[in-house]
Amino acid sequence: MTTYSSRKITQRTAFTFLTLATVITVVPVLFIIIYTIVKGGGALTWDFLVQFPSQAGKAGGILPAIIGTFYLMLGTLVFALPIGVLAGIYLTEYAKDNWLTRLINLAIINLAGVPSIVFGLFGLSVFVMAFHFGLSLLAASLTLACQALAMVITTSREALLSVPREYREGSLAIGVTRWQTVRHIVLPQAMPGIITGAVLAISRAAGETAPILIVGAAFLLPALPTSPLDQFMALPYHLYTVSAHVPNMPKETVWGVALVLLIVVLSFDILAAAIRIKTRMRK
Amino acid sequence: MSINLNVPEMSNKPIDKCVTKLKVENASLYYGSFQALRKITLEIPSCAITAIIGPSGCGKSTLLRLFNRMNDLISGVKVEGNVELDGISIYDSKIDVTELRKRVGMVFQKPNPFPMSVTENVAFGPKRHGVKNRGELDEIVEKSLKQAALWDEVKDKLGQSGLALSGGQQQRLCIARVLAVEPEVILMDEPCSALDPVATLKIEDLMRNLAADYTIIIVTHNMQQAARVSDTAAFMMMESDRAGVLVEYGPTAQLFTNPKDKRTEDYITGRFG
Ligand SMILES: Nc1ncnc2c1ncn2[C@@H]1O[C@H](COP(=O)(O)OP(=O)(O)O)[C@@H](O)[C@H]1O
Ligand SMILES: [Mg+2]
Repeated sequence: MTTYSSRKITQRTAFTFLTLATVITVVPVLFIIIYTIVKGGGALTWDFLVQFPSQAGKAGGILPAIIGTFYLMLGTLVFALPIGVLAGIYLTEYAKDNWLTRLINLAIINLAGVPSIVFGLFGLSVFVMAFHFGLSLLAASLTLACQALAMVITTSREALLSVPREYREGSLAIGVTRWQTVRHIVLPQAMPGIITGAVLAISRAAGETAPILIVGAAFLLPALPTSPLDQFMALPYHLYTVSAHVPNMPKETVWGVALVLLIVVLSFDILAAAIRIKTRMRK
Repeated sequence: MSINLNVPEMSNKPIDKCVTKLKVENASLYYGSFQALRKITLEIPSCAITAIIGPSGCGKSTLLRLFNRMNDLISGVKVEGNVELDGISIYDSKIDVTELRKRVGMVFQKPNPFPMSVTENVAFGPKRHGVKNRGELDEIVEKSLKQAALWDEVKDKLGQSGLALSGGQQQRLCIARVLAVEPEVILMDEPCSALDPVATLKIEDLMRNLAADYTIIIVTHNMQQAARVSDTAAFMMMESDRAGVLVEYGPTAQLFTNPKDKRTEDYITGRFG
């Protein structure tokens, strides 16, 4: 009897602590979201979304920053997705398990840990200067793509590895080539996982400030970028500047920018979660 | 103790009518430094069912995978000796492995239909091998499912996922998938070990029907099954530190009723007694 009830107490305690831990992780996130909505909700008008800024961002809207951020996400996706998926396919389906492969894997894991400002510096010297792309959307997209690559490769690999080996064997055993097997069996199965990873990676890229700061983001531009070689505005950089460098900035406008950025990033995170849940239900 | 082997009449058909389909000469296989096959020599007749029997871990699956080079997929595998299909060495560097696997199909221990419809499962191989015409594909699908004795059960749910079928149906779907690419040899690695007795008997019937047109090699740890379906049988063993020894090879009836090797006799009687 004693052991039974003492075990019950242990279980209760463990349960309480686990619940507490969950609450502790969720509360700050919710708090940040609610706080941002309360502080910045008032600034969120239609004009704010569709107008150019005026008076150093104190008035007008943030349209070019929103557009610039979407361009950046698109550019990051265009470069990071195909390269990341192909690298993932190579590493899971083709590469032999030898020291070189292990070295590459190690490099990819460590790539994810490189501070984003270092990517920025790399982008500045390689894409901006060496490749002569200048301070531009193209250079910034490539820089963010380098950073996103680690995540796209890692999630692609996980998605590919989760496809049962039996499917591959069944296909190879009827004389189907390795590439056809990847293309028609493995990839379709892994696609939801790959897409989820890519969406998370670009949503993270959308929030980056440090790297784009030095490879092409501008505070105020008179027009939207018309070519990949133009400079651009972006939400996180705009937020940084209006909050740190513009005197007498209305607080509500600052929080309004933060809210828009949060909505952009979170909606992509939710999209990723939705894809994951939908495919899990299908299985 | 008398052993009722219940060897079917078909098993006694004269094998000398057949030609040698696969010939193994002094074949050894290593997983890294571990030797899993030891100088195996045997000839597999066409139009017959050959069973490979023996305790688990003795190298049956390894020997089976030697015939379609599935062992190649495992890194660190080394093959010595000679394996011929219709007199041509299949480990020759000039051999196209995908072409070989088209001729030598394989059915696995655990049914592994692809996560797609019944039709798509069967059409998968022909499609990848260049059949594009829908009508032609439908014909292949129907023919293969009929050959695999599955048509009547699935003809109304061809669009359903292959994974929704019962275990026995899934395994016959996998057989249909192999038949669809018109192989000459069908390898089966314990195809019934995940199935109930009724489903097992269905697959055995199916094998007997296919035996007229295909060379079939089946790995099984079920003695009764080997006795029921096979014409020839190979008994493999492992000793304390040695796997992959072929002990005896010959007509099934002889191997079961009058084994030449003491170890074969011990194994068979041990299993039945
Ligand atoms: N991929 C592998 N790597 C190393 N050893 C293996 C591998 N596959 C099988 N073996 C070893 O080879 C021997 C034969 O295996 P297998 O052919 O699967 O036996 P069986 O099918 O008769 O049970 C076993 O001892 C097993 O441990
Ligand atoms: Mg086996």
